[in-house]
Amino acid sequence: MEISNINKKKIRESLKEDKRLDGRKPEDFRKIEIETGISKNAEGSARVKIGDTEVIAGIKVDVSEPYPDHEDEGTMITTLELLPLSSSRFEYGPPRIEAIEIARIIDRVIRESGFIDFKKLCIKKGEKVYTVLIDLYTLNDDGNLIDAGCIAAVEALKSAKMPKYDEKTEKIKFGEFSSKSLPLNERVPVTITSYKIGDKIVVDTTREEEDSSTSRISFGLTDSKKGDDIIISSLQKGGEGTFTQEEISKIIDLTVRKFKDIQKETEGVE
Amino acid sequence: MAYTKRYDGRKFDETRKMEAKVGIIKNANGSAMFRFGDTIAIASVYGPRPLHPQHLQNPQKGILRCNYDMISFSVGERIRPGPSRRSQEISKITEWALSSVVDLDAYPNTVVDVHIEILQANASTRCAGINAAAIALAQAGISMKELVTSVSIGKIDKTLVVDVDKTEEDYEEGEGATDIAMSFKSASGELSHLQLDGKIKEDELREAIKVGRDACKKIYEVQKKALKDMGE
Repeated sequence: MEISNINKKKIRESLKEDKRLDGRKPEDFRKIEIETGISKNAEGSARVKIGDTEVIAGIKVDVSEPYPDHEDEGTMITTLELLPLSSSRFEYGPPRIEAIEIARIIDRVIRESGFIDFKKLCIKKGEKVYTVLIDLYTLNDDGNLIDAGCIAAVEALKSAKMPKYDEKTEKIKFGEFSSKSLPLNERVPVTITSYKIGDKIVVDTTREEEDSSTSRISFGLTDSKKGDDIIISSLQKGGEGTFTQEEISKIIDLTVRKFKDIQKETEGVE
Repeated sequence: MAYTKRYDGRKFDETRKMEAKVGIIKNANGSAMFRFGDTIAIASVYGPRPLHPQHLQNPQKGILRCNYDMISFSVGERIRPGPSRRSQEISKITEWALSSVVDLDAYPNTVVDVHIEILQANASTRCAGINAAAIALAQAGISMKELVTSVSIGKIDKTLVVDVDKTEEDYEEGEGATDIAMSFKSASGELSHLQLDGKIKEDELREAIKVGRDACKKIYEVQKKALKDMGE
């Protein structure tokens, strides 16, 4: 359901004084809760709550053929289902552009960050590789699905165990897991999504705030943890509105600060 | 070897550990989780709300619409997201199972949507889904004459057991496994859903239904408690 114009006006008016309807400041995130191992049949799984937004992620691993231009690398597919169970706004049917775009943003940041060592997912060069399937589902939608989805995907990956592989039949033994984790490294990817409402920039938006905004930008970041260099590894601007160059510059600063906050919150989650 | 003892130590008339919780999805008008051991179903209810397209509307009463779906990683081998022939059939069966207790006469031209997701599967998912949906409908304040309670009864070799899991469902020795899913209206005990896969004799089927009815009385208590806990 679209929100009323009165609410949109309230959100904008309040933001003029740097206040949000739920009492937060424009730069504040809601409380983040993470739970892993929510499904026994998945190689890895996680549930992430940010405020009233709730997203689950599951990892399945299968074998397939590599891409011809990356013969010695495993592959990855990310999907997102905006479940009608999670909001009256979502309907059954094939994923629409909103779901496809979010899944692709999350796919890109994970891929480009180098978090997964795809070379270690090669079984036989040019013939057989592991495919990592990341499936995301919304359980309750109250905005910021991109950042919540990315955290869920990353935590599910971190918790995942490789399945057992039968070398004779060259197939996965479904339901049997090894003790080996996925080949991941310390370059943990994080997305920080900012929305422009009026002329204010806001992070971790609620659904109503997103409906009141004109444009959105998502940064995908990662760092090596060894040095201080934070790498921006993906970007996506959305919405009909625009950002000034100054605004982009400001958002970069804000994004880096928030990246460090999220990193701290998710560190040590097993 | 006859199936004289359940492999997981349960009594023949014992369900797996049950858990039910109402009010788990904030956006929904009603929602619930129901669990038989490792089988976890969640359900949410939206409506009554206007039904589109208009030609589907019934000017006499509201319509109940159910959708059953399995999360891709709820089972060992990943399920492709989206509807399958199996999930569409179960959706319809669920709709029929619940329709008999839901009174939508007061809401002409509307629809009540029930969405069921199986988070984790170890057999009896449709039964867990129906149990969750029934209490989600109650929480949504939909006018109901009584609840619906669902269970699967298995005939494993020659033995009737309550709440079949995957291992029992796959039992191949002796007479093998027969799976009978059934749902009862909680007060009247009328059957609003009955399905069977396997081989069974007439008297055994009659007995299975009796066993199912008794099991559902216990399941009903779990549903009732979840609704009460929500109120407190």
